[in-house]
Amino acid sequence: MSLLASIVTPNWYLVLAAVLFTIGAVGLLVRRNPLVMFMCVELMLNAVNLTFVSFSRALNDLGGQAVVFFVMVVAAAEVVVGLAIVVAVLRRRPLATADDVATLKG
Amino acid sequence: MPELVTFILAGAIVLIGAVGVVLLRHPVHAALSLVATLFGVAVLFVAQDAQLLAAVQVIVYAGAIVVLFLFVIMLLGVDEADDLRVEPLVAQRPLAVAAGVGILGLSLVSLFVAGGATGASSTLMAPDEAETNVAQLGRLLFTEYAFAFEATAILLTIAVVGAVMLARRPPADAGPDELPPTSDADVNDESEVLS
Repeated sequence: MSLLASIVTPNWYLVLAAVLFTIGAVGLLVRRNPLVMFMCVELMLNAVNLTFVSFSRALNDLGGQAVVFFVMVVAAAEVVVGLAIVVAVLRRRPLATADDVATLKG
Repeated sequence: MPELVTFILAGAIVLIGAVGVVLLRHPVHAALSLVATLFGVAVLFVAQDAQLLAAVQVIVYAGAIVVLFLFVIMLLGVDEADDLRVEPLVAQRPLAVAAGVGILGLSLVSLFVAGGATGASSTLMAPDEAETNVAQLGRLLFTEYAFAFEATAILLTIAVVGAVMLARRPPADAGPDELPPTSDADVNDESEVLS
């Protein structure tokens, strides 16, 4: 169906997704602001979505794209609940970092 | 050749945006950088014949999720730049970079040892050349994956209810560290945004 000649093999997309996932993982480990950490999780989710779409095209299977659709739904739910938790924590302790969540008690 | 140019341009936008999310000190700038990455990924979806997912990517991710991030940043007033020089844990960053090198190395080695995407071509869910991607994926979602699709409806409802419960302002008898009443308006807005 592609109008474009396939010079770019699926491997290129997979390598790009691996690099994107790595950047997200390093950011998650390095940054301390909980909001930025969430953004890094989104980067990792997007990298995985990109691999799903690449495999979907490489193997000529629409199931991969359906899975990406559900990953997006789960990502949206995760962001909504996660940001609500961040709001609940940061309202009590403004400028809290991820380390300060250790002080939460019952 | 057009696909090559598309891939290089979109890939560059994706990677620059991702590095920006990690390195920019200001959370708002990081969120805007995230938008660039998400758009780049949407372009790569189009380049791989996933038109519906590209549209959903722009609408849901860039439209809803990043706006939600920005709303939370604005409402909480945490839009101050982080001081990236502080390193709270000993050797956190070298270890993080080492972990990153490990992850990247493992993925690339496994990819090239396997020789790229392996496996047989699909026979059951092969795309139909005569139909658009949107029609095919829509039919798939409402037939083959109908149960999972209904489950996502329940999941989203639960997420919204949970978000409202979590972000609600604490009851009046919450105790001494309750917020001053001046923040009532903000808190009410917040629940609406999160729902």
